[in-house]
Amino acid sequence: MPKQRYFDYAATTPLDPKVLLAMLPYFGKEFGNPSNLYGLGRNASRAITESTKTITSILGCRPDEFIYTGSATEADNLAILGIARANRDKGKKIIVSQIEHKGILAVCDVLEKEGFEIVRLPVLKNGLVDLDVFKKELDERTILISITMADSETGTIQPIAKISKIITKYKKNPRATLGQFPYFHTDASQATKYLNINVDKLGVDMMTLSAHKIYGPKGIGGLYVRRGTKINPIIYGGGQQNSLRSGTENVPCVIGFAKALSLNEKNKKKEFVRIKKLRDALEKGIFSPHRRVAEEATISKVILNSHPTKRLPNFLNISILDVEGEAMLLYLDELGIMVSTGSACNSQNLEPSYILAALGNSYEHIHGSLRFTLGKGNTMTDVKYVLKHLPIVVKKLRSISSLDLSLNQKKWQNKIKK
Amino acid sequence: MAKQNKKIKKDVINKYTGNSWAYTKEVKDHFFKPKNLLLEDPKKANLPAGRHGYDAEGIVGSPACGDVMRVWLKIDSKKDKIKDFKWRTFGCASAIASTSMLSVMVIEKGGMKIDKALKIKPQDIMKRLGGLPDRKIHCSVLGDKALRTALNDWFRKTKQFSRIVVDGKQILDPNTKTTEADIEEAVLEGATTLLAVQKRTKVGIGYPSCLPKVEQLIRFYREKYFGKE
Repeated sequence: MPKQRYFDYAATTPLDPKVLLAMLPYFGKEFGNPSNLYGLGRNASRAITESTKTITSILGCRPDEFIYTGSATEADNLAILGIARANRDKGKKIIVSQIEHKGILAVCDVLEKEGFEIVRLPVLKNGLVDLDVFKKELDERTILISITMADSETGTIQPIAKISKIITKYKKNPRATLGQFPYFHTDASQATKYLNINVDKLGVDMMTLSAHKIYGPKGIGGLYVRRGTKINPIIYGGGQQNSLRSGTENVPCVIGFAKALSLNEKNKKKEFVRIKKLRDALEKGIFSPHRRVAEEATISKVILNSHPTKRLPNFLNISILDVEGEAMLLYLDELGIMVSTGSACNSQNLEPSYILAALGNSYEHIHGSLRFTLGKGNTMTDVKYVLKHLPIVVKKLRSISSLDLSLNQKKWQNKIKK
Repeated sequence: MAKQNKKIKKDVINKYTGNSWAYTKEVKDHFFKPKNLLLEDPKKANLPAGRHGYDAEGIVGSPACGDVMRVWLKIDSKKDKIKDFKWRTFGCASAIASTSMLSVMVIEKGGMKIDKALKIKPQDIMKRLGGLPDRKIHCSVLGDKALRTALNDWFRKTKQFSRIVVDGKQILDPNTKTTEADIEEAVLEGATTLLAVQKRTKVGIGYPSCLPKVEQLIRFYREKYFGKE
């Protein structure tokens, strides 16, 4: 078996050993329930308080403004459902983008059936949300806006602070009769690793975080909720976490979450520079290989699926024409390279990636998409290994392929028609 | 299909559907080492027979759906046999492997009689591959259709018009006598899911083995008439 090289850090990350060490006592000796008053319970409670302080000091908010959830998806659900249910008498319009995580979109579909008006903002070809449409849609019926900080397919960074300013400006408008509305939520699951997540700098009312994207444990996420925000819980029970999320706190994961976030904050700038260098080398190697490289080592007909610069430093999403993503994925897997694709064949419902479709890509382009997301474990050797083997894989699969798509498309359509 | 799969070691199983994700050894073998691939430039393959070309050609699928198969045949007209079968496929692992396996089935043992080749079903190919993950079946096994399209091309070229099988009139479900044209009509009337089509046509209710094909047809016509999504 060849050496395994992981290029799918947007899917999940391995647990940092330091995080594991911090968590371990809470699986064993310190197993107490934080709701209990005796010493063991108090120890757990104290540990959670400390962890929450660590997290909220990074977010720049108060400890009571952060709620632990079972996942980022749950945090997204809480933000959307919680606001919608608590404020349905104020307005029934919710604005999201087409490239939100399913944790947002699927819950919006449910609300739509309950009579809410859902606006799904289009994105431009470069992956940025169309703010002109947004400004037009913003009105007195709008109670909530949710726009991702960086989506999970292309890593394109949305101008959250700028959008926040648009909302603030709108609120001063006499037309805006709803006072504190609309609330502004962002999903920062992918962005946390590399961007500043200070809630005041961003100007958000709610923000979703995920632990397992930043070398923390799976099974825990969180939602920042600004003080004074009117929100209902989606899980009811013993009233933990200020009644906003009942259920015994996942103590070891809370500890792990805080440890992972603080480690991440410490290394953020350095890691940003290192990863960007690797990603750029990979991108450059694919799109414009060095002139001295033999022709076999180049790939023709490749498209970049995202904003060329406003993008997380670890993301590279490309479409390689005439070859299918799952086929490439499996050939690369044989070589020890692990990537992801937006091709339909890789999804449960056999539909190609909705995010790449929102960018205006045609289905035949999406079927040939590959997503590389880099992380801690990657080195320049890994990048060179990919640059050496990817052209060989593409060449092989093109020799099998029945297609010869032109970059400007359409041509094949007449050919197939008969 | 599930029954045939039983013997295969399933390394990943969906706990809700019981479906396997894993590809069999045969699938992997044909995927990584495809047999009977058309190596020359497809343009040259289309030259008239005798000038290094092939006797017949067939193509099915669409790039938007993610699978396109092209086959080229050489035919022994005296023996009414397929002598050679070459192919090219754009698609995922199961699409590539199933076309490769079909090519082997057709030309092994000195070539297959045309009448026999016309009867090949996706299920026959899957059986030889040791099964496919269930969710892969309907989209990726198009090889038999490509083969029939190529044979129709041959019949047209050799003026054997009575032998041409028009897929539209082909009966999908012998119980209900549902044809491809019926499916097309149902989709045109707005039945865009399998359930909706079944409500209209009862297709496959007593004959489930035709369902993969029905689903594929619904997809095809849905895209044709209503566009993507």
